Amino acid sequence: MKKQGLKELDGMPGKHPLSALLREDRMPHIWCPGCDIGTIFSSCLTAIHESKKDYNSFALISGIGCSGRAAGYVKLDSFHTTHGRAIPFATGLKIAKPKMKIIVFSGDGDIFTIGGNHFIHAARRNMDLTVICVNNFTYGMTGGQVASSTPFNAKTSTTPEGNFETPFNLSYIAAAAGAVYVSRWTTLHIRRLTSSILEAFNKKGFSFVEVVSSCPTSFGRKNKLGTPLHIIQHFHKISVIRNGIHPKDANLDIGKEIVVGKFVDIERPTFFDLRQDIYPVEKEEEV
Amino acid sequence: MVETEQFIMGDVACAEGAIASGCRFFAGYPITPATEIAERMAKRLPQVGGTYIQMEDEMASMAAILGASWGGLKSMTSTSGPGFSLMMENIGLGIIMEVPCVVVNVQRAGPSTGLPTLCAQGDVMQARWGSHGHYEIIALSASSPQELFDVTIKAFNLSERYRIPVLVLTDEVVGHMTEKVIIQPSDRIEIYSRKISNLSPQEYLPYLPDEDMVAPMVGVGEGYNIHSTGLTHDERGYPVITAAVQKEMMDRLIYKIRNNVDNILEYEEIETADAEMILIAYGISARPALKALEMAREKGVKCGMLKLITIWPFPEKKIKELASQVKGFIVPEINYGQVYLEVERCVAGKAKTVLISHAGGSIFHPDKILEVITKL
Repeated sequence: MKKQGLKELDGMPGKHPLSALLREDRMPHIWCPGCDIGTIFSSCLTAIHESKKDYNSFALISGIGCSGRAAGYVKLDSFHTTHGRAIPFATGLKIAKPKMKIIVFSGDGDIFTIGGNHFIHAARRNMDLTVICVNNFTYGMTGGQVASSTPFNAKTSTTPEGNFETPFNLSYIAAAAGAVYVSRWTTLHIRRLTSSILEAFNKKGFSFVEVVSSCPTSFGRKNKLGTPLHIIQHFHKISVIRNGIHPKDANLDIGKEIVVGKFVDIERPTFFDLRQDIYPVEKEEEV
Repeated sequence: MVETEQFIMGDVACAEGAIASGCRFFAGYPITPATEIAERMAKRLPQVGGTYIQMEDEMASMAAILGASWGGLKSMTSTSGPGFSLMMENIGLGIIMEVPCVVVNVQRAGPSTGLPTLCAQGDVMQARWGSHGHYEIIALSASSPQELFDVTIKAFNLSERYRIPVLVLTDEVVGHMTEKVIIQPSDRIEIYSRKISNLSPQEYLPYLPDEDMVAPMVGVGEGYNIHSTGLTHDERGYPVITAAVQKEMMDRLIYKIRNNVDNILEYEEIETADAEMILIAYGISARPALKALEMAREKGVKCGMLKLITIWPFPEKKIKELASQVKGFIVPEINYGQVYLEVERCVAGKAKTVLISHAGGSIFHPDKILEVITKL
C-alpha cells in the first residue's frame, strides 16, 4: 500500500503542529479547496491538544458526509459509522468507556436531518458527549441538496428555484432538548471556536458546538456567494457576538445576520450521575 | 456450583443466556413479542455491573451495541419484525466493521405491523439478506425456552469467535411460552471471548487477520489509535475505494464464515438412519413436526427429521447427503417457503420436496404435518 503524503511531509522543514493527532498517512484529504471543514477539524484537534489530557482518553465518532470523514483523519481511536447514527454509536462506546471523552464530529445533514432524533435524545439524557456540528447548510458530498438547515429561499440542486421550507435553529434545538453547553461560531472565529470546543470538552454532560461554515463548491456556487475568501469576509461583516442570549433569539440568516456566542453553560446531572443514584455501581472516576 | 431449574418464559431464558454469556450491555426498544427480553435485561444487568439503556429506536439500539462492543462489552439487542427492519443498515455496519454482538429477533407475523402478538417465521430470508450488499451471516434458531437459553450463549460465542453480529431467530410462541429451563453453573458453561492482540500499537493492524481469517481486536483508549469505517477498507482499517481492496475485504468477510461452516453448524438428526422421508424444521415448527414424526413411526412410516439449530449458514452438505438416501423432504414453516427454497436448491431434484406453508398467527397442528407425511 502506497502511503501517500508521508514522504512529502517528511521532506518539509517542519511537521504540522498537530501532526501527533493526524493520520498523515491518509493525506491528502478529500475536502475541496476552500472548504471550511479543515478549519473546524484543526480547531477540534487544537482543543484536544490544549486540554492537556492524554490523547488516548479521546475517541472521535463521525457519521456520513464530508464532515464525517474527520474520523478517518484523526489519529485517535476513531469510528466512521452510518448516516445519522454517530450519536447512538458514541453513546454505546461512552457507556463502555465512561472515563473517555467521546467526541462526535459530523455535519448538519447527518446530525440534525437524518439523525435528529438521536441528537435530541442524547441531549435529553445528558449523555456525556461533545457534539461538534459543521453546519454548511447543505449535503456537500452528494453535490449540494436541501437539508433541514438550508436557509429559506436558498438554491440547492433539489430546490432549484429556492428552498420553501423553514430551517432548524440547531443551537435552539440543542438547548431545548437539554444540552448543558451550547455555542455557535463561524469559521471566521477560529480562536473563539477553539476555546469553546475546549470548554465543551471540560463540561460534564451533553455539550454542543455549532460551527457555521461554508461549502463554496456546492452551496456557495449555487447561491453566488463568491470565493471562499468572500464568504469569510461576509461572515466577518454580518456576525454579531451575543454571549448568553437565549438561542431562540440567536438569528442565523446568512443574508443579514449571524448571531454567534456561547448561549448555554449550565450544570445538570448527567446520565451517569442519575444512573448512579438509582442503580449504584462502583463509581468510575471521570478524567 | 450446581445447576438450577427455573420455570421461565422463553424471552426470559434468552436474557438469562445473555447474562450467563457475559453480556454486560443491552440497548433496546420495546416491541411485542420481544419486550420481555429487554425487561429482564433491565432488571438483571445492573445486578452484574452492566448497563441497560432504552434507546429512541432500533437504529439507535443497533448502533449503540456496536459502540459498546468496540468498548469491550459483550452486547446485545432484541426486537421483532418492524424493529429488525430498522436494524438492518447497522447490522451491515457490524458486518463490515466486524463487531461481535448478538441480535435477537422474536418473530411475529408481518409484513409491517401484521400480527404483533402472534407468531410467524417470516424473517428467515431477511436475516440472511436484509442488509444491503453481499455478506455471510450466522443465524441460530430455538424451539423452546431451554434452547433459547442455550443458543443465546452459542450466539455470543460465535460472534466473539468470528467477529460478526450473530442473529438469534425465535418466534412469539417460543418467546412467550413458559417451561422448565436448566441453567448450568457458570463453571460448566463454555464461554469464548474475542482474541485480543498482544502486538504493540506500532505493529498492530486492526484488520490484519490471523490464519483463521479473523483479526484480533484491541481495546479502545489504549493508544492503538484504531480506525474503523463502514467504507471498504484495507488491513489498516483505512478506506480504499478500489475494486481490488473490495475483493480482498469481501473475500475475507465471506470466507471467514464459509471456511468454518463445519465448526458453526449445529443440527439435530432424529431417526434419520432408516428414514425414507425427512422433515426439515426449526423453531416452534420443529415441535409439532416431532409429534407428527412420532405418530408416523407408530403407523410404521419411516420418517426422520433434521432439526435446524443453525439456519445460516445453511447445512447444505448434510441435506445433499440425505437427498441421496431418502425419497422426499417435507418442510413445515410459518411462511410461504423460505427454508424450503434452500432445501429445494440443495436437493436439486434428487428427491421430492414438499412445503407445508402457514400464513402465521398460529402454529402447525401435528395432524396437518402427519397428513402430508402419509400422502408422500
